Amino acid sequence: MTGLRIGSGSAWWGDRLEPARRNAEEGDLDYLCFETMAEATVSAAQVRKRRDPSFPGFDTYLDDRMQRVLPGCLRRGTKIISNQGWINPEGAAERMVHWLRACGAPKGTVVAAVSGSLITDRVLDIAGPLMEDGRSAASLAGSIVSAEAYMGAEPIVRALREGAAIVVTGRVADPSLFMAPMMHEFGWDPLDHGRLGPGNGIGHVLECGAQVTGGYFCDPGFKDVPEPWDLAFPIAEVESDGSAVITKVAGSGGAVTLRTLKEQLFYEVHDPGRYITPDVVVDFTTTQLEEVGPDRVRVSGISGQPRTPTLKVSIACQEGHIGEDMFFYAGPGALRRAELAKRILEERFRIVGLDAEEVRIDFVGVNAIHGGLSPAGAEPYEVAVRVAARTRTREEALKVGREVDGMAVSGVGMTGKRVPHQDRTREIIGVWSSLVPREAVTPVISYYEA
Amino acid sequence: MRLPLQHVAHVRSGDKGNTSNVTVIAYEPDLYPYLKDQLTAEAFRAFYAGMVTGPVTRYAVDHLGVLNFVAEGALGGGVSRSLCLDNYGKALSAAVLGFMLDIPDRLANRLRNYHPAPEETPA
Repeated sequence: MTGLRIGSGSAWWGDRLEPARRNAEEGDLDYLCFETMAEATVSAAQVRKRRDPSFPGFDTYLDDRMQRVLPGCLRRGTKIISNQGWINPEGAAERMVHWLRACGAPKGTVVAAVSGSLITDRVLDIAGPLMEDGRSAASLAGSIVSAEAYMGAEPIVRALREGAAIVVTGRVADPSLFMAPMMHEFGWDPLDHGRLGPGNGIGHVLECGAQVTGGYFCDPGFKDVPEPWDLAFPIAEVESDGSAVITKVAGSGGAVTLRTLKEQLFYEVHDPGRYITPDVVVDFTTTQLEEVGPDRVRVSGISGQPRTPTLKVSIACQEGHIGEDMFFYAGPGALRRAELAKRILEERFRIVGLDAEEVRIDFVGVNAIHGGLSPAGAEPYEVAVRVAARTRTREEALKVGREVDGMAVSGVGMTGKRVPHQDRTREIIGVWSSLVPREAVTPVISYYEA
Repeated sequence: MRLPLQHVAHVRSGDKGNTSNVTVIAYEPDLYPYLKDQLTAEAFRAFYAGMVTGPVTRYAVDHLGVLNFVAEGALGGGVSRSLCLDNYGKALSAAVLGFMLDIPDRLANRLRNYHPAPEETPA
């Protein structure tokens, strides 16, 4: 078998819906893969579930996504791999079954749920030291919200072998979602790092969706792409050796070029010679890129080394709160009024005894993004004063918004301000990393039929 | 001639915990050696002083014209703890577009979108 067609359906939870439908309808895909989890997705879902027991615990856009893609997928026979299961892959699978029936799928169409990544209850017993600072994982005891291991592609491959048309998972490493179809269709051995290296590399290229088709890329005059308001999600035409052509549906905006490929190839990669995933250690330094047609780039030569004996775990902890708000100045003298407002806030925080680990007051339009690197230069016409504080308690974090409220009638002249419509605080879920022995994580696969 | 990096290379940044990686990619192969010589890990760290608090490691992939900088302590303690408005550091890479590079005049036609005022045009 050659030319396995794998398309992206999403690169994160909030991603656009329409490009997924377009890939399902026009992509002639064998597989459509959805990546919907950020680092903090699981912990945020755990917090939400605790507050609202009716929260089902899977991708809140699952209905929107499936309604759009299932008609096209069923017509073409496109299988779906998705990590929309979050903390409840079984519930997500049942919901998929609902949508399969609603879309007239053949009776007996199989949906598999892959769980087993959640290891909150035993992480302290099995995790090694924290990768960030070498402390023992036990030092996090008492504040842990959830812990999850990054599983590889193997359980997905097993589910495909059992005939699943849709596989929905909890935490699986992003590239593995896209490589599982290659392993299944080409019969790659899970220890064949010579194949899994390139396969995982292609998975990495696809996992961020439009970031390889012209998204997170345009810079007018320097890097222009056509119709950047109509980007498609990428499609890989994968060969049995793990090389692939990256492309997109005809007629869409954006571009697939050597430049978009190079930016995505190294996105969130540290040592390009050792990109560690659950399935294989990928070596991107041997990558060859070749433009083989309009919006068609051939990626070959990615290599691999044997997988490590451990899996990464993310340990999410409650670490306090952030209070933040913003208000505005414009016209001649905007910056000098903003500077006085900053001084007033600093004094007010002292007067009300704000107990914060860190306070930051920036001028948006001047120095809020690059801080001290920002050149002192021309007077800005408009400035937003943005204030944020990190505190132990929510009560302290609330003081930030309350003091900004005071700037309305007790502040500087000509202050522009929003009406406060919420408390302007959020909880901090800090994420720590560690390693666990591979054998300590057991995937659980369950099957559902439409 | 001396000019900002944006005419020589394009950039993208990504986050992992409190570490940011900034990829700097030469527009043309013949510009890459000058980029590699001048934008060392030390120069990068000095340029980002105040924003990047930890060590910087540079990885070079010569045949693709790529330098990948891994900057620890670049994200205010990590995405969820950071008080920066851009807590993912998605715009962090853009600063280095202003890093000044010396490029031989003979390579002027290889530069991206470079239109100096007439008096600055190399002889």
